Amino acid sequence: MAAAQAVQEMRTRVVLGEFGVRNVHTTDFPGNYAGYDDAWDQDRFEKNFRVDVVHLDENSLEFDMVGIDAAIANAFRRILLAEVPTMAVEKVLVYNNTSIVQDEILAHRLGLIPIHADPRLFEYRNQGDEEGTEIDTLQFRLQVRCTRNPHAAKDSSDPNELYVNHKVYTRHMTWVPLGNQADLFPEGAIRPVHDDILIAQLRPGQEIDLLMHCVKGIGKDHAKFSPVATASYRLLPDITLLEPVEGEAAEELSRCFSPGVIEVQEVQGKKVARVANPRLDTFSREVFRNEKLKKVVRLARVRDHYISA
Amino acid sequence: MEEDQELERKISGLKTSMAEGERKTALEMVQAAGTDRHCVTFVLHEEDHTLGNSLRYMIMKNPEVEFCGYTTTHPSESKINLRIQTRGALPAVEPFQRGLNELMNVCQHVLDKFEASIKEYKDQKASRNESTF
Repeated sequence: MAAAQAVQEMRTRVVLGEFGVRNVHTTDFPGNYAGYDDAWDQDRFEKNFRVDVVHLDENSLEFDMVGIDAAIANAFRRILLAEVPTMAVEKVLVYNNTSIVQDEILAHRLGLIPIHADPRLFEYRNQGDEEGTEIDTLQFRLQVRCTRNPHAAKDSSDPNELYVNHKVYTRHMTWVPLGNQADLFPEGAIRPVHDDILIAQLRPGQEIDLLMHCVKGIGKDHAKFSPVATASYRLLPDITLLEPVEGEAAEELSRCFSPGVIEVQEVQGKKVARVANPRLDTFSREVFRNEKLKKVVRLARVRDHYISA
Repeated sequence: MEEDQELERKISGLKTSMAEGERKTALEMVQAAGTDRHCVTFVLHEEDHTLGNSLRYMIMKNPEVEFCGYTTTHPSESKINLRIQTRGALPAVEPFQRGLNELMNVCQHVLDKFEASIKEYKDQKASRNESTF
């Protein structure tokens, strides 16, 4: 039975040894293991696969995928980063820029501003099309002039008091509807995602007056089109204690892992360690630095359980 | 999830350009001299590990396939070489098409499950908010 258990471990767990990681690659292809039917079976996949959303809010999402392989989970991650389209500023027509920030630097910064617009409602711009129509372009106007504040105190040195409009934020960007966009999108629907991103700073007499064209693009083309700040995944940690750990050693063991992973309980007067919540662990391998405890613990990851964030 | 739709779209795009005799090559088949149709190398243009690794996994899961591997020719060139060798005399195009279809089914299923899960989470949150009031 030990052989069967070893095979099962090889198939389902990625084991973290003291000096290296074992069983990294997927090996459950047909013909590799006698007695296992590994050929692709859509029904078996559908039965085993599940998705659990752990956390969802406006800016972040964390979910678990169980029963899928690394190759496909990684393909999803790569597509999230590079091939999901968004709208971003591509062309900037500068009418007047007398600020300290150079035109091209300003244009670069404007391109990186995330725009709140559903890219599915727009088309890609055709190659070589300079003007842009209402179906593939969004227009924004940015017009800010900095002046001296006549009501400031005589000896104040705070720029917030001395100058009017000296910081240019994304809330100064106004949407200019093209064609029938005014009918399709209600007031306030098309805007930068955050309205407190600082674009540039001005002093009295300086002005920025420009027109921006946004187009649809993908992250592969330019990173400004990537819809996510980051997309990552990790495998679910699996900690097993090979022998029962009691007393002082239990306390030490709980300190080797992230808080909450190992719980020390009082059982019949003795302190016993129990693995409470392995999901919280970050696997710093602190336990391998402790001579006594390293033989007691097996650190592993469940091969087909992906926690994506 | 939009990326599922993207993966599906890419795969179906590949298949249609195979059928049309495309203006821009998306796919080529290269066969070494002296072998029959069961060992073939496919060259896929404008593709990288995103499709390569997942397609390789689906094709390997087919018990008729003896060998399947892919490489990127050079990181500056956006194309991959995918080689399939089958047991017996099965033409290599067949597991390739089957792998593509199965990958599409997987992505569709993941998309369905994901959307159901998001909806369930939102419903749960809504009902939890209501119960606290």
